[in-house]
Amino acid sequence: MEYFLQQLINGITLGSIYGLIAIGYTMVYGIIGMINFAHGDVFMVGGFIALIAFLALVAIGVTAIPVALFLVLLIAMALTALYGWAIERIAYRPLRQSFRLAPLISAIGMSIILQNYIQIVQGAGAKPLPRLIEGGHTLIDSEAFAVRLSNIQIIVVLTTFVLMVAFSWLVAKTRLGRDMRACEQDLKMASLVGVNVDRTISLTFLIGAALAAVAGIMYLLYYGVVDFYIGFVAGVKAFTAAVLGGIGSLPGAMLGGILIGLIETFWSAYFTIEYKDVAAFSILIVVLIFLPTGILGRPEVEKV
Amino acid sequence: MTEPLLAIRGVKAFYGNIMALKGVDLDVNDGEIVTLIGANGAGKSTLMMTVFGNPRAREGSITFQGGDITNVPTHEIAHLRIAQAPEGRRIFPRMTVLENLQMGATVSEPGHFEADMKRVCTLFPVLGERLHQRGGTLSGGEQQMLAISRALMSRPRLLLLDEPSLGIAPMLAKQIFRAIRELNERDKLTVFLVEQNAFHALKLAHRGYVIVNGLITLSGSGRELLESPEVRAAYLEGGRH
Repeated sequence: MEYFLQQLINGITLGSIYGLIAIGYTMVYGIIGMINFAHGDVFMVGGFIALIAFLALVAIGVTAIPVALFLVLLIAMALTALYGWAIERIAYRPLRQSFRLAPLISAIGMSIILQNYIQIVQGAGAKPLPRLIEGGHTLIDSEAFAVRLSNIQIIVVLTTFVLMVAFSWLVAKTRLGRDMRACEQDLKMASLVGVNVDRTISLTFLIGAALAAVAGIMYLLYYGVVDFYIGFVAGVKAFTAAVLGGIGSLPGAMLGGILIGLIETFWSAYFTIEYKDVAAFSILIVVLIFLPTGILGRPEVEKV
Repeated sequence: MTEPLLAIRGVKAFYGNIMALKGVDLDVNDGEIVTLIGANGAGKSTLMMTVFGNPRAREGSITFQGGDITNVPTHEIAHLRIAQAPEGRRIFPRMTVLENLQMGATVSEPGHFEADMKRVCTLFPVLGERLHQRGGTLSGGEQQMLAISRALMSRPRLLLLDEPSLGIAPMLAKQIFRAIRELNERDKLTVFLVEQNAFHALKLAHRGYVIVNGLITLSGSGRELLESPEVRAAYLEGGRH
């Protein structure tokens, strides 16, 4: 029982990170109907920017951890958002009118470029960050097993929760959110009523990348290392999460993320860690056979 | 003669390699209801969309209030106060009626919103009763009213209506035509109307054009066209009255 509880905590933490990345996939898919395969690498770039920002802040003497954390959050979100924006401008927008596969191929190219670029400028090895957030709480202390909730886990889950609430509010209540939903439902009609579609798509990439940056920071803090390849694995998992939850659905992305995190963690805990990815993807396949549109996705409605 | 509000000159437009408009000339003057009638696939809806630059005119020019809009981006054309209730209505299906109307007010002053809401809810009271219902759950006629209302929310100088009577009950169609006349007479709204229902459209319009295979073949006042033998033979006799 204690062991189970511990794995539940670990799984939700990991799932939160996947969920934050999955939102970027699902938003972009909702609006322009493409899978942004470079999104996982944007997450990786976010992790590196956060690492560099931490080290730079320490170098200039900002050592108070809460202050440093807050500044890193701002810096990484802003710079990573810029990456997301630039990727759309360079690699996707010029292809908007061409055949459907073109931006997809371009996205895979972008993913390779980002990985190689980081590998060249940062090296191929894993880059560590000293543990900044120590401590935690022991929830249950039986003789056999102590259930611990570390402070970093609290921060990851809380940050994710706050961002999800803020983001859902943005989509549901603000003008930008309404424009985004209009673009998602009917791009052509949105432009007819005067929505600047290009600008709305740019902002979508910007926001998606900023959320991925937060996921990158959380990953860095939680695991203490980043390397140029983490974007690929996390990207594929987050994409799976988005599909599992129902691609195009925001709560679906979050739910899918948590589920993938839980599946992976429980499989590693009770079976074999080598096959955790096989488990996650097998469940995806099973779900898609019985629920082709994902858990919270809606069936493709015929347009009248 | 003052210059027309909307002037379309020698416009050619393509879908891929197919020429859908083969050099169309058409004027809409301030304060008029102008109708364009023609068979399915003649290019009516294409012309409406070409005014918004989607597809863009490959040859010829479109001017609005004296300014060339041939190559202006679609969303900026909306900012010039041209509004469209397009073919197929294109309601945002997963937005409420209220949100659809808010989208229609994208280019308008926020201060107008309450007054404009009141205006469209007076015009089509059923919308006022359904403000929080999703657009996709409305009936065809209600969706058409919503599409027109959404267009009105921008306080347009020119309203483009694409087949507002298509696929809806005759009673509702009548109500919609009555509303168009009211908007024109009371608010001096200029309307460019595309219709298959030639009889109603020509009775309503000050002037009309007939389009066949991407070319204007006839034009004249509504009454002239109603009485013209070509129009009678092709679009009226045996058709719905």
